[in-house]
Amino acid sequence: MIPAAFDYARPATVAEAVGTLDGAAEDEAKVLAGGQSLLPLLRLRLAFPSLVVDVGRIPELRGVREDGDSLVIGALTTHHDVIRDPLVRRHAGLLAAATATVADPAVRHRGTLGGSLAHADPAGDLPAVALALDAELVAEGPGGRRTVPAREFFVDYLQSALRPDELLVEVRIPKKDGWGFHYEKFSRTAQAWAVVGVAALVRREDGHIAESRIGLTNMGSTPLRASATEAALAGAPVDAVARAAESAADGTQPSADPSASPEYRAHLARVLTRRAVLAALG
Amino acid sequence: MTRISVKVDGTAYEDEVEPRLLLIHYLRDRLGLTGTPIGCDTSNCGACTVDLDGESVKSCSVLAVQADGSEVTTVQGLATNGSRHPLQKAFHEQHGLQCGYCTPGMIMAARDLLAENPDPTPDEVRHALEGNLCRCTGYQNIVRAVLAAARQDTPARVPAQEAAL
Repeated sequence: MIPAAFDYARPATVAEAVGTLDGAAEDEAKVLAGGQSLLPLLRLRLAFPSLVVDVGRIPELRGVREDGDSLVIGALTTHHDVIRDPLVRRHAGLLAAATATVADPAVRHRGTLGGSLAHADPAGDLPAVALALDAELVAEGPGGRRTVPAREFFVDYLQSALRPDELLVEVRIPKKDGWGFHYEKFSRTAQAWAVVGVAALVRREDGHIAESRIGLTNMGSTPLRASATEAALAGAPVDAVARAAESAADGTQPSADPSASPEYRAHLARVLTRRAVLAALG
Repeated sequence: MTRISVKVDGTAYEDEVEPRLLLIHYLRDRLGLTGTPIGCDTSNCGACTVDLDGESVKSCSVLAVQADGSEVTTVQGLATNGSRHPLQKAFHEQHGLQCGYCTPGMIMAARDLLAENPDPTPDEVRHALEGNLCRCTGYQNIVRAVLAAARQDTPARVPAQEAAL
């Protein structure tokens, strides 16, 4: 299938990209990063922007660096590079592990962390991971930069807090050294979207669970935290996991689709949360 | 229209293209390189996999303008001096194809794997080919062919893993 016609801009810098977005009429411009979500939408004509702004050649948007207690990952860093980056593996192992389950090698060569988050698909793996990691998303617009916490970034199905004239430039992740982690994903076939996924981070202390962070994939119109389970695990002994996981779906409103009913998704959230937290505990 | 220059299978091309032109359509319809098929048009099947600057990509999910300044290798660029690539030979010898539709993508994805991991386990081969579907379900021999090609390049390898298939 052939996308509808559009104009094409390839800015060389972030400032130029923001200027292009600022000059474009609202709702008519789309940012193209790796294109692994946008191009299928264009091909199916589910999206038909009049202008595509290709940020794929902006070197300042790529790469991983440390900034004190945080990791800073350029929005254009590909999944392939995230998985192999030694800093990500050391300080945000959950992100590397979850990214390795995204799609397949060819898609991971092109797809980017920032693109995946900006796409804000609740069935995507990385939004829930960003939420569990308490990531902060840095957007640049005509008025400068602003930082949006992950819990405020995902507004609704395929809707982020980015304004039409803003570009997601980097993702800041507080280092989680010493935390156990695991991403547990249930899908119907090898490369399919998660029917439900659970991203778990757990910190142990003196033989019990000090605290946990649990992100849920595809349990509503945005990624969610399993707050009731997190509360039940705080200060709990390790054998309390199964019971705490029973509240993993509390407060969620998962959708129905050919893969699963809401009831089945709630069941999966409980089972996968138990598995993910146990695996994170090691 | 946007002007692009791209090298495909060793030949340099300069072209005016519409920004919406997909790389797969550029390769097939403009350059006549029909060795790379279009399978699903949804990014699922991997039949259209090519190498873009050293990495496997699904050419239905890349715009031709995104390949500007890049080097593309398709399955048609693998043979050297009339001699088939080790993966092509192995797919032939191990019966790694039935209808053959997925084969160009399978070979390009396998080539990407072997460049990064020259001595993969059967499990690693299966994971690397996760994005490539064979509707004939001929996966056993495809995996066997990839392992055989890997062994050609690393003769010291013990053939125990093939027996485990």
